[in-house]
Amino acid sequence: MDHRDKPGGDDRQGFWGTQVTMTDTTASPKARGKKRAISFEWLGVAPFIVFAIMFLILPTLYLIGAAFVDQQGNFTLDNIWGLGTPQIVAAYWISIRISAASAFIGALIGFAMALALIRGRLPGGVRSTVMTFSGVASNFAGVPLAFAFISTLGRLGLVTIILKTVFGFDIYKAGFNLLSFWGLTITYLYFQIPLMILIIAPAVDGLKKEWSEAAQTLGASPWQFWRYVGLPILWPSFLGTLSLLFANAFGAIATAYALTGSSLNIVPILLYAQIRGDALQNPGLGAALALGMIVITGFANVIYLVIASRAERWMK
Amino acid sequence: MKPSRFWPWFTLLLGASYFIIPLIATFEFSLRMRRGYYSFDAYLSVFSDPRFQATFGYSVVIGIFAIIVGVLIVVPAVYFVRLRLPWLRPFVEFLTLLPLIIPAIVLVYGYIRLYNSSSLIPFTGSALGTDVLLVFAYVTLALPYMYRAVDTGMRTIDVQTLTEAAQIMGANSATIIARVILPNVLVAVLSGAFLTFAIVIGEFTIASLLNRPAFGPYLQNIGANRAYEPAALAIISFIITWGAMGMINLLARFAPRTSARTD
Amino acid sequence: MAAEFLRVEKLTKRFGNNTVVHGVDFAFAKGEFISLLGPSGCGKTTILRMIAGFETPTSGSIEVEGQDITHLKPNQRQLGMVFQAYALFPNLNVGDNIGFGLKIAGMGREERRARTDEMLRLIGLPGFEKRFPYEMSGGQQQRVALARAIAPRPRMLLLDEPLSALDAKIRVSLREEIRAIQLDLGITTVFVTHDQEEALSISDRIVVMNAGHIEQLGAPHEVYNKPATRFVATFVGTLNTIEASVASAANHQVTIDGQTVALPSLPSGAVDGSAISLTLRPEVLSVGNRPGNDIVLAGTVADVTFLGSVIRLRVALGQNTLSLDTFNDQRTAPPTRGEPVTISLASKDLLILGE
Repeated sequence: MDHRDKPGGDDRQGFWGTQVTMTDTTASPKARGKKRAISFEWLGVAPFIVFAIMFLILPTLYLIGAAFVDQQGNFTLDNIWGLGTPQIVAAYWISIRISAASAFIGALIGFAMALALIRGRLPGGVRSTVMTFSGVASNFAGVPLAFAFISTLGRLGLVTIILKTVFGFDIYKAGFNLLSFWGLTITYLYFQIPLMILIIAPAVDGLKKEWSEAAQTLGASPWQFWRYVGLPILWPSFLGTLSLLFANAFGAIATAYALTGSSLNIVPILLYAQIRGDALQNPGLGAALALGMIVITGFANVIYLVIASRAERWMK
Repeated sequence: MKPSRFWPWFTLLLGASYFIIPLIATFEFSLRMRRGYYSFDAYLSVFSDPRFQATFGYSVVIGIFAIIVGVLIVVPAVYFVRLRLPWLRPFVEFLTLLPLIIPAIVLVYGYIRLYNSSSLIPFTGSALGTDVLLVFAYVTLALPYMYRAVDTGMRTIDVQTLTEAAQIMGANSATIIARVILPNVLVAVLSGAFLTFAIVIGEFTIASLLNRPAFGPYLQNIGANRAYEPAALAIISFIITWGAMGMINLLARFAPRTSARTD
Repeated sequence: MAAEFLRVEKLTKRFGNNTVVHGVDFAFAKGEFISLLGPSGCGKTTILRMIAGFETPTSGSIEVEGQDITHLKPNQRQLGMVFQAYALFPNLNVGDNIGFGLKIAGMGREERRARTDEMLRLIGLPGFEKRFPYEMSGGQQQRVALARAIAPRPRMLLLDEPLSALDAKIRVSLREEIRAIQLDLGITTVFVTHDQEEALSISDRIVVMNAGHIEQLGAPHEVYNKPATRFVATFVGTLNTIEASVASAANHQVTIDGQTVALPSLPSGAVDGSAISLTLRPEVLSVGNRPGNDIVLAGTVADVTFLGSVIRLRVALGQNTLSLDTFNDQRTAPPTRGEPVTISLASKDLLILGE
């Protein structure tokens, strides 16, 4: 069976890959007919539209609005300026660092694995196994993932103990802490790498065998092929996926919360504390915090969309 | 002239070890509850905990409702957008993207402030109302995946040709959706359903902020208070996720194919 | 032979237990245009890929200009190749695609640009250097691919079904263009195709292949007029087969659906009453009795296909039905179905085929 038949991986890949496609070949010219037919069509789409407005658009707009309103209901920019307090700036900063590090390292490792998987002439079964596993691992986020890493790299974790007893190396004495920047980054890689593999694999697949053969007949070494053709073709997909991984890590909270409680001051955990108990003692500031998150993840996704549409233009 | 297979294998095995070692470590940890030798005591402790049964059951029920609501919202929308309202497509695709752009914690924050007990639609005013809100929140989380699964399914079977063929034989729209389209996209819909289930079953953030007795908050609570049960729960969760993905793979083998597609 | 440019000896390729090329030998002179013709799976593409270096022969050798290249890497062979699916680098514009091999060879920017311009003029696309492949039609892309392959002045040009992805009209015009450029540059070219018309029209010599073996090697007219085997006769052009029985072995007479005719000779071992099959091309048959034709047969028109300048008739003699082509005469109406007709041929035009 072809690996493409695995929706656990590929439906999602297709999702990322084709979301910017705006043309549709199944367009029907005979759409305008009887009035009754038209209202029936709208009846079919209406639940979706109503749902999207109620649970996506309105809540978001409400929060954006709330970010510019003070407790008396007047317009203010104080909440936005409030984001400049050291505690909040520090939260954004560590969030951005963790997201960027896990996205970048995850993208590099995922890319290397996808290359090995697809261009490394490995047996077919290996590939479908890895793709299926990636589908599972990219969804294995949240609280259980935190448990798994506590069992592995926590103070009593298996790897920690083996390193200490067998190799005499105490990673905690060496400065490692699972509840830190690097600990969280290593944990996030567990869903970042598989996500990268799932999204980049179709792009690597899209590298035609003939391109490498044409380059060879023209005298190019494998390295020259990658330098002038292979990597430039994959570059947009790589960058695009990188920004997507960034947004993915930036909004994640469950893993961090289960791992660190509220000891690590990242933005989602700060917002969580604000929602639970108004930790910032200012609802408007909470809304501004959320607005900041939307702006950052939205920006990362816009980069992804722009780059992905450029990549698609090539691949026609 | 064949390039060596050493580096591909090396890269892959190195990567694989990062994914497999935590699973082994977690499993090993989950067996350590009884001092001195391995046992399944942690699993026994988990399964006999009434809160485990209650929260897991609650999440399963919420998940099933989320799947039903998701299917009812997504399938007709995809069908009519594909067939009759193609100009709506970019707009609909953008909407299905939003749950990926807007973090879940931001969405639930919006829900809590918008639908509080003193609002026009006070979802959070009652326990049942909050349950309904949780279902809708999960439909939102799964929307990108559900939409994509169904859209891919409809593209593969070429809904337009099927619809026209059914119309020529005299079927009306309701008959077409129920008797022609749904059976053919059933596999795609089920894939979306299992993906929804995998996302929803251990979800923590939304359930916790809405104060619902779901599996995710229970996991977090156990993690904060117990030593070995969390590892057992992690293994159980992994098996559930794997099961859901395995079902999707299995279903893909039964996916209908058509020779009529033009795109 | 001193003029041997490309020499392939006892070339064999096995994939697992499946032998796709069985000990193939051939040699060609510099500047020849050679076609490897055969049905899909006959091994022609595998031979081309072994010459290019993408497949390693199981045994045998490949020599170019006396140099054994059998185990050379593809990027050391100095061969140009054009692929079925164009295979232009999508991230590079036309100019950079054509200049790719020159850049790899370390040629300077100015010289590279001059050569690229020269190539663009050669393929009739001057001023296209800033276009990207996705902005061009298939025919234009394939011409750019050709320019890219010949820009570094390779020793030999390999064409892997370069026309089969194109529309019928472009296919004909581009094949004429390829031939003109090839003659102009005098570059030895190996062309793989499954289209007999393409091979006949473009080649100096054709290698007809089947199931990993060479069936015949020769100039287009030789292959068509004197097919060495039944496979070649049926694969290249259309063939009529007449089932007859020997009426008199001594007088070289056979009976075709009740009509007895004399032949110049019969295969040895023919005895009275034994079955014999005769083969002939459609164009050697004439309607009516033409001077010089010594075999005349009567039949009825079974089918008429109007092809424009030519009308193809199917004539039923009884058990046997023959195809024949006549020119369209605008002053007379074409024959109609069921009409009785007399056809004739010269017995020397019958093909004697080995199996």
